[in-house]
Amino acid sequence: MGAPKKSGVKVSEEAEELARVPLQAILLADSFTTKFRPITLERPKVLLPLVNVPMIDYTLAWLESAGVEEVFVFCCAHSKQVTSYLKKSEWLSQPNFTVSMIESHHSISAGDALRVIYERNVINGDFVLISGDTVSNMSLTQALQEHKERRKKDNDAIMTMVIKRSKPHPATHQTRLGTDELFMSIDPNTKQLLYYEEKADYAKGILHLDKSLLLDNPSISLHHDKQDCYIDICSPEVLTLFTDNFDYQHLRRHFVKGLLVDDIMGYKIFTHEIHSSYAARIDNFSSYGTVSKDIIHRWTYPLVPDVMFFGKSGTKLERQGMYRASEISQSHSAVVGPFTVLGSGTKIGDNSKISNSVIGQGCTIGSNVQIEGCYIWDNVTIEDDCELRHAIVCDGVTIKSGAVLEPGVVLSFKVVIGPEFVVPSYSKVSLFQQPIEEDSDEELEYADSTSAMNSLMDKYGAEAASQVLETQSSSASELGVGGAGYVWSKCDGGNEEEWRHSVAPIPADKIAEAMEILEDGLDYDGSILPPSGELKSDNDSDIDDIENPRDDSCFGKEVEATFLRLVHENIQEDHVILEVNSLKLSYNKSAADCAGAIFHAMMKYALEIPHSSAGSLVQNVDSILTTWRKLLTSYLAEIDEQIEVILKFEEMCLESAKEYAPLFTKILSIMYDKDIIGEEAVLSWEDEKREADEADKVFVKQAQTFIQWLREAPEEDDDEE
Amino acid sequence: MPDVQPLVNGFLSQLKKRKIEGSQATAKQTAEVLRSVISQQRLPHTNQAGALIDAVRAVGEQLIAANPVEIAVGNIVRRVLHIIREEDLSLATDAIAGLGISAGSDDEDDVEQDDHPVLSAAAVAAAARSTLRPPSLQTLLEDMPDSAAVPHTSSSGGESEGKSRSADKGSRGRKLKHDVIEAVNDLIQDISTCHEQIAEQAVEHIHHNEVILTLGSSRTVLEFLCAAKEKKRSFRVFVVEGAPRYQGHVLAKDLAARGLQATVITDSAVFAMISRVNMVIVGAHAVMANGGVIAPVGLNMVALAAQRHAVPFVVLAGSHKLCPLYPHNPEVLLNELRSPSELLDFGEFSDCLDSASGAGSLHVVNPAFDYVPPKLVSLFITDTGGHNPSYMYRLIADYYSADDLVVKGRTTAGS
Repeated sequence: MGAPKKSGVKVSEEAEELARVPLQAILLADSFTTKFRPITLERPKVLLPLVNVPMIDYTLAWLESAGVEEVFVFCCAHSKQVTSYLKKSEWLSQPNFTVSMIESHHSISAGDALRVIYERNVINGDFVLISGDTVSNMSLTQALQEHKERRKKDNDAIMTMVIKRSKPHPATHQTRLGTDELFMSIDPNTKQLLYYEEKADYAKGILHLDKSLLLDNPSISLHHDKQDCYIDICSPEVLTLFTDNFDYQHLRRHFVKGLLVDDIMGYKIFTHEIHSSYAARIDNFSSYGTVSKDIIHRWTYPLVPDVMFFGKSGTKLERQGMYRASEISQSHSAVVGPFTVLGSGTKIGDNSKISNSVIGQGCTIGSNVQIEGCYIWDNVTIEDDCELRHAIVCDGVTIKSGAVLEPGVVLSFKVVIGPEFVVPSYSKVSLFQQPIEEDSDEELEYADSTSAMNSLMDKYGAEAASQVLETQSSSASELGVGGAGYVWSKCDGGNEEEWRHSVAPIPADKIAEAMEILEDGLDYDGSILPPSGELKSDNDSDIDDIENPRDDSCFGKEVEATFLRLVHENIQEDHVILEVNSLKLSYNKSAADCAGAIFHAMMKYALEIPHSSAGSLVQNVDSILTTWRKLLTSYLAEIDEQIEVILKFEEMCLESAKEYAPLFTKILSIMYDKDIIGEEAVLSWEDEKREADEADKVFVKQAQTFIQWLREAPEEDDDEE
Repeated sequence: MPDVQPLVNGFLSQLKKRKIEGSQATAKQTAEVLRSVISQQRLPHTNQAGALIDAVRAVGEQLIAANPVEIAVGNIVRRVLHIIREEDLSLATDAIAGLGISAGSDDEDDVEQDDHPVLSAAAVAAAARSTLRPPSLQTLLEDMPDSAAVPHTSSSGGESEGKSRSADKGSRGRKLKHDVIEAVNDLIQDISTCHEQIAEQAVEHIHHNEVILTLGSSRTVLEFLCAAKEKKRSFRVFVVEGAPRYQGHVLAKDLAARGLQATVITDSAVFAMISRVNMVIVGAHAVMANGGVIAPVGLNMVALAAQRHAVPFVVLAGSHKLCPLYPHNPEVLLNELRSPSELLDFGEFSDCLDSASGAGSLHVVNPAFDYVPPKLVSLFITDTGGHNPSYMYRLIADYYSADDLVVKGRTTAGS
């Protein structure tokens, strides 16, 4: 396995300046996710063609041109396919570039993969960690240099993460690549990564930052328009960390966040932002479409179809971004629109229209076919009068005449669509049946997917697929007459998200919907995050509010302040009720909370009025309760709220205002007299307390006589007392 | 030729990855790669030139395909093929002349050749072309066969000429290779000194108090202007910055460092400034056989402006830039579309690029080259002097042989 390391080969210029040890890279040829299913049941993701070239070729080509000398390709699912592809390719015979394969069938996550690599003990210096579905043309020189310089100064700087600016969609909060909006906070001076959150609660525009971040750093900038390129320059410690923390699975969710949260070890992650060069990882079907378009629009230059960076037959670039390989037979009446790639040996019939699409090699396209925004792989047959919009069509698919693919359809290998059949949007069709049980828990999903995949591959070999095809086509299947394949049901819960992750553009109604939600959010909150601003530590208090808006004490304080204003500034009672109501809404509180808070405020105020004895204190309370009875009762419609007030009072007596403790029963009876609390409330309060420990029963006992009296005279008119 | 394969592959991948830029560097490296191909090539006893041509062709085809836009690669491959043909021809004629005096040869000849690098036939022929001097007797003497180095096993061939002829044949093989390598060395030398040779002519073209306009950065132009400056000519230079790569800034800096008065203007200001300009002097990426120029983007506009105001448009080009092909659809086929990131910032525009959200469809086109038709060019200055565009095909015919115009043609049998 792997080409023998050539000794004495001349070291490439870039790497020579940087390191005496050869620069190594770990390429994960497995995504450890199921986003590309059902296609990935039959072929590993890294071998899926991206503009007619397998993804892994882009990654390897970049690694080679970036001066990496030794690459370890980690294969897990479909490892045989990956290794046999690499063995056939030119990558094993490049000068100054060694590619070795590491196979492991038990790894179910990136964490496992790195642990396996650590055990092999092949990494002996800084290395580039990349997944096999990354397209980039960046130069590593600067990032590497920065990384090494930081390492010299600070041994804890173990990772440099490459980021790129890319604005997320304003309405759907999705990046161009179809992933969730990413929030990062970065120290603008040192470029240290302080916070990383993929799924922020964007509906409310709320972000929870640890206060200590602001204490430790003079300034931090918060970004939501940076895209994580998933290119990391790591020190060997990263592998050790993965081995030490055997529960780290996901590179970002566990490892990066783990390091950021854990400050015991003191390891630091830094970022390197690229500006003019391109880097993106293909994570889902949406990013597959986006990156394909970026390649066709030449953002990835020189990794573009007409520059032969891996010895494929030449493709010529014509006007308006049309890429044509050799031996294309195209009818004169066929219209091939801009930004289209045609693979060699493809035939296009009369009056067909193709635009913004990629067509693979050896495809046959009939007459009057409309293809827009599609990714059609090799040897696909599309009969007359078909209509395809924003679909992915894998190798060997046959689409019978008149069939229609609606946006977002994915047809896996060798599927047959019957004539005149309309495949509904976002459906996924495969010759394999959908694995039945899928756990929604994502950690388990890895395990599930790989094991299911392996067992499936064991069950059906390549030839078994054709058998399935036969049995399917005998009966009129769910794909029209003569169709073959199963339509996968959309996974529950993910149904809503289907449009986010497909190649099709996001439908206008979804955007409108998202816009509405966004505007609603703005209405009652008003605190939308600035796109990218610097938060200085001196406006600490502001941040406090954003941080813990639901804090109880905060609400209590607000209510108290409102009440005191009522007392001192002679504001109308109605206004105060209005104000408290608005506080209740913004802090998402119940009426009981308000009642409790107001009562608390009143009692506190009564305590603050100078009083000589317990008797005058009771008088104070009495007068306050009389004056603002209306304020309190407006929140005491239900028994529950009245109980809450009693409980609050009890709590006060125990903790903050011990002066009330001996007067508990007295005040309780005053409240009863003033109709603030009802009889049932007191009784059910007593009921509730019956189960409590002795310590909590102090006040129940104290009020025993009062309760007794209530019990004995239940029918008596209140006025008598 | 397993030994040169890594070298060729390395050069190929550099070309493919667009890591080499500038036609001079490319031309030089191509010549060096081909030189090692020739020196490693084992020659059969018959049709040695043919074997060499096939070998060079096989490699040349790959090199051209690796980056068809770097026209200099194809030029040099064709030049080398032409050199082989010429050497073969001159050896054949010399051999006939030399037969009579071959008896007088001595063994020291071998040593002599190592000590003093001899002028090869092609070099002499080239010299003869430029100076119009007939070949000297020295050349003829130099080509005498040296029997000492002849591998005698080679005499087994069924030639009718007899023993002396077969011995002569073997030596001719070595001689041919040697001469070809010498000639390729001269070619490399020519490529690296073309700046000086062009610059020598600067005084004839730049006069006192003139205003020169140039676009982008060209080493040839820099040397040309500096040569004029050294000859005490005082003049001013307008440098058009040449978006999107802004190499004009580099040139302006270099000019200022060498004490020339340089003014940087934007591309869009060319028409405004051209009326004050006495002469436009620019470099080229390649010169086609019809006299058309493949040049950095923006030059066509400058040429049109110059024509409108009857300002001479002078193109400086080393001989390695002369391409024997006629341009067909040059705006597309001989162009390179580079990354849009040179024009605008990806991050800033990422939300309106044609993305999955379908929000917008912003497209960016960034061609690297312009095609300037021959009618807009007033004068070409090459290392052999100034030429009219209509004369280019004649000049090119001196450097290339018609058989090599299509390098791809007969390579199926080769290698």
